[in-house]
Amino acid sequence: MEVLYILILISFILAFASLGGFIWAVRSGQFEDLKTPAESILFEDNTTEE
Amino acid sequence: MGQTSKENIYDDGAARLFLWATLIWGIVGMTVGALAALQLAFWPANGGISYITFGRIRPIHTDAMIFAFAGNSIFAGMYYSLQRLCKRRLWSDTLTQIHFWGWQLIIAATAISLAFGFTQGKEYAEMEWPIDIAIAIVWVLMAVNVFGTIAYRKVEHLYVAIWFYIASIITIAILHIVNNLAIPVDAFKSYSIFAGVQDALVQWWYGHNAVGFLLTTPFLGIMYYFIPKAVDRPVYSYRLSILHFWALIFVYIWAGPHHLLYTSLPEWAQSLGMAFSIVLIAPSWGGMINGLLTMRSSWDKIREEPILKFYVMALTFYGMATLEGPLLSIKTLNLLSHYTDWTIAHVHGGALGWVGGMVFGMTYWLAPKLWNTELYSKKLANTHFWIATVGLLLYVTSMWTAGITQGLMWMTTNEEGLLKYPNFLETVLALIPLYWIRLVGGLMYLGGAILCLYNVFMTAKQGSPVNGQVTDTGDRHVAPRTFHERLEGKAFPLTALALVAVLIGGIVEFVPAFMLEAKVPVTTVITPYTPLELQGRDIYIREGCYNCHSQMIRTFQKEEMRYGLHSKDYEFIYDFNFQWGSKRTGPDLHRVGKKYPDLWHYRHMLDPRSTSPGSIMPAYPWMFDSDVDTNLLTAKLEALEKLGVPYKKEVIAQPEVSYMLQAKAIVDRLKAEGVDVDEKKEIVAMIGYLQKLGTERAKDEGRN
Repeated sequence: MEVLYILILISFILAFASLGGFIWAVRSGQFEDLKTPAESILFEDNTTEE
Repeated sequence: MGQTSKENIYDDGAARLFLWATLIWGIVGMTVGALAALQLAFWPANGGISYITFGRIRPIHTDAMIFAFAGNSIFAGMYYSLQRLCKRRLWSDTLTQIHFWGWQLIIAATAISLAFGFTQGKEYAEMEWPIDIAIAIVWVLMAVNVFGTIAYRKVEHLYVAIWFYIASIITIAILHIVNNLAIPVDAFKSYSIFAGVQDALVQWWYGHNAVGFLLTTPFLGIMYYFIPKAVDRPVYSYRLSILHFWALIFVYIWAGPHHLLYTSLPEWAQSLGMAFSIVLIAPSWGGMINGLLTMRSSWDKIREEPILKFYVMALTFYGMATLEGPLLSIKTLNLLSHYTDWTIAHVHGGALGWVGGMVFGMTYWLAPKLWNTELYSKKLANTHFWIATVGLLLYVTSMWTAGITQGLMWMTTNEEGLLKYPNFLETVLALIPLYWIRLVGGLMYLGGAILCLYNVFMTAKQGSPVNGQVTDTGDRHVAPRTFHERLEGKAFPLTALALVAVLIGGIVEFVPAFMLEAKVPVTTVITPYTPLELQGRDIYIREGCYNCHSQMIRTFQKEEMRYGLHSKDYEFIYDFNFQWGSKRTGPDLHRVGKKYPDLWHYRHMLDPRSTSPGSIMPAYPWMFDSDVDTNLLTAKLEALEKLGVPYKKEVIAQPEVSYMLQAKAIVDRLKAEGVDVDEKKEIVAMIGYLQKLGTERAKDEGRN
């Protein structure tokens, strides 16, 4: 059953990595403006013939 | 400024390629699924051909739907949206091409090798090790391309869809690698480095999270981009979408053990899995409601718009499957549902409803954009929706009914407290009409998919392929920051990466230590498989017997009344690749050893109906024609010895001696009953394996 510890360790790594990602996102101001990003995806880009 | 440089022109050819692959493989995979479904309703439908017998094609169906249909559609949607969210072309054209062609080769190789019986016998990870390595390489190259695009993006903010893509890519890579750690015997055969309970745990940690990070999170990323685009409104609550993401990925990874309730897994691990599964309802429903409310201003358009219809279908089934899943994880309900068709209903609600709905909605929206035209026929797309919906409902309701019926029949006792339906076959035959209904439902869904391919083909024909071009919309770009601000911004990803690096380093150190500890304890009770039994076991794996038969008697009374003493963890220490199974179309086999004479198995494998009238199991005549290849035995034993199985040196050096001795004993017993068979035939090895199953516990202890 030792494999449980490996799986828990890996799961912790993934959880910590996402925690790191979350802290980074907050600190770098990713979530300061939660209105514009939601709307700006709606602007269509131009297209060009292949 | 630089608008015409290549970097500013999106590579929409990638989306077009992956979209074609999605539809074509989807139709292939569904057709194989329909053939598998037909064989359950009408067993002779395999035509006596080994390559298309249920045990071999069921994995082809599941792997095709997961890796080819869902996989390719994720890549199509991700590549289309990622470039627009980052305002730049994909980082490397070469990597994009390698990714596309590499992935299609992997799919083709998987389908062919599984038909030939080259399989690891682990669900949704059946591919043998060379294909596993190819998957890892192509996946990492895809990751490099995606992360390169993100790193050199022209927009500061990472839209929520990108978070979902990143999490999916990283998690799948880790799951895939850990679950497929194996020692190769030759190019077509390997043994998992984990055995028994450990292998089961790793497998379902993978199985559960593959569903999470291949069939859920990437499609949530797609949902958060494509639904707002389809209704031309921002997502209902962007704040909620971000909460959805973080909550989901923190909780998902712990829920895997709910696939192993009432098994030999430690109780605390089962409870942990159950608790986290319940918690999962919250983020899932938050996301579903967010998606549905995004469409709130467009309800009137749903009547005409097939795209929106498919999205409503997807979200409804996402909500349903994410409620049903946690409910099935509760031990009380799992008691009834596990090993039955209820699981099949659950996964198809998710696959046909949620994944299918997202894929087809996205396809009908993308095709006109990619070929700069209108959709060829909205009417046809609406027809597709209705066929698919009716098909889906037929499928899911018939399988719910089948699951509950069979689960109850297994549990019911008469006045004397004995099983009311002691004959397993009775509980299967009750389901046959439902299997026909399921087939009709599946065929309808397949028919819809064919209409979709035709519609997209005609759309592409009437239009011409175009590529998007970065268009500056003014407010998207963040002003360049000072050097100090940039450094601050980078500190945290660096910290996170450092943490990951350190922990991965930790694993590299820990794993070998654990491996040593995990070595098989020296015990006189459980003996390793003899060369003959091992050969039989490999045939069992090759034929995919685990697709219909479990080898895990759960820890409650009615289960023991039907099959015998419940399975203990130590009984599986030599099971490199565990074979517990997850579905009982046939009875559990863990205590089948010595239950019947050799002749019974001989006749049963040749014609199951001769021993079990009405059985729906296919016959395996090829086991009576083919000889066992004993040349590989030494390599197999050596591989297992490396994993800690105590084989004697002389057995490894000359496995044929032991093999022929045991084979001869079986052949002699058969001869006494009037059956002549050659020692080298596969059936002899198969009988040897089946007669060994679960026979060694009684020597050790009584009921506990």
